[in-house]
Amino acid sequence: MSRSDVLVDADWVQAHLDDPKVVIVEVDEDTSAYDKNHIRNAVRIDWRKDLQDPVRRDFVDQEGFEKLLSAKGIGNDDTVVLYGGNNNWFASYAYWYFKLYGHESVKLLDGGRKKWELDSRDLVAEVPERAATQYKAKAQDTSIRAFRDDVVAAIGNLNLVDVRSPDEFSGKLLAPAHLPQEQSQRPGHVPSARNIPWSKNANDDGTFKSDEELTRLYTDENVDLAKDTIAYCRIGERSALTWFVLHELLGQSNVKNYDGSWTEYGSLVGVPIELGAGK
Amino acid sequence: MCGAKAGGPDLAGVDVASETIIQGSVTRDGEPVNGYVRLLDEGGEFTAEVPTSATGQFRFFAAPGTWTLRALVPGATVDRKVVAQQGAFTEVAIAV
Repeated sequence: MSRSDVLVDADWVQAHLDDPKVVIVEVDEDTSAYDKNHIRNAVRIDWRKDLQDPVRRDFVDQEGFEKLLSAKGIGNDDTVVLYGGNNNWFASYAYWYFKLYGHESVKLLDGGRKKWELDSRDLVAEVPERAATQYKAKAQDTSIRAFRDDVVAAIGNLNLVDVRSPDEFSGKLLAPAHLPQEQSQRPGHVPSARNIPWSKNANDDGTFKSDEELTRLYTDENVDLAKDTIAYCRIGERSALTWFVLHELLGQSNVKNYDGSWTEYGSLVGVPIELGAGK
Repeated sequence: MCGAKAGGPDLAGVDVASETIIQGSVTRDGEPVNGYVRLLDEGGEFTAEVPTSATGQFRFFAAPGTWTLRALVPGATVDRKVVAQQGAFTEVAIAV
């Protein structure tokens, strides 16, 4: 796996806007952003309505994912290019999701919607029509998904990477600062977790740093790349971006994203929590 | 698009007393600019980022302390230092 297999730039997307085997998909935290405008021929996936179970806290199941992709007109042999706002947080989350259900060819647009906008590239309001497909998903690949017991077992043993901002890690904030702070869970972080904010992976315009810079970022923070790693954040979307960096860009084999993340861990009874800045 | 609105977005429905709000607008020659605003903590580390609204406005729910706002718009980047307090909202007008 190399960078060009998983990441494309805006020029590549521009050149493939009318390619029938390439499906461009916008996934945003602000799910109404697509309504205003989007890259021409891009379809939308709503991370909240389309990707979550409507009742339990979990993902849509294999069958639900098949239905979703079939309805969106995405075929098993299509190349899916994901992009979104907020530096591709939710596009990375969707990328991880496509991999979880075994989609072969998925790529991220480097810099996402922000870079596209800052470059003043065209966005349109017109929604494309795509014929429905008969999509077949694979069973969930749980080698890339961590659950709460995996996290508790990893304390002091595996690499735990908390990708939230330093103020969320220390317990000063409970959510990213563009969201209201009222939350029920306890503040803090999982003991032994290293605080390596997701933002250190990216430049201001949202593009990823070079492989050399990224490797240095993790080794300088004492992440032992020979060990397995679990990344988490608040709800698993920012840590999906860090998962993308470690697993897809840097080719680390044993990296899991803990999608329960702090909203689950910080609400568990009896688990250890550490407060304060990183050591 | 209509012109820029002074100040941040409407605070209706927001529990101002319990939040530490930093908000405002980004303009160029008095007109709203579509772009992004990042909130950086005292150490200069990224804390959050929002796109500006159609009227150039933005809002953050922070914690008391000193912060840096960084406006990113096509062709320009502008930083502003702000001090935020709980229960009050800090208004910042950024011209780029």
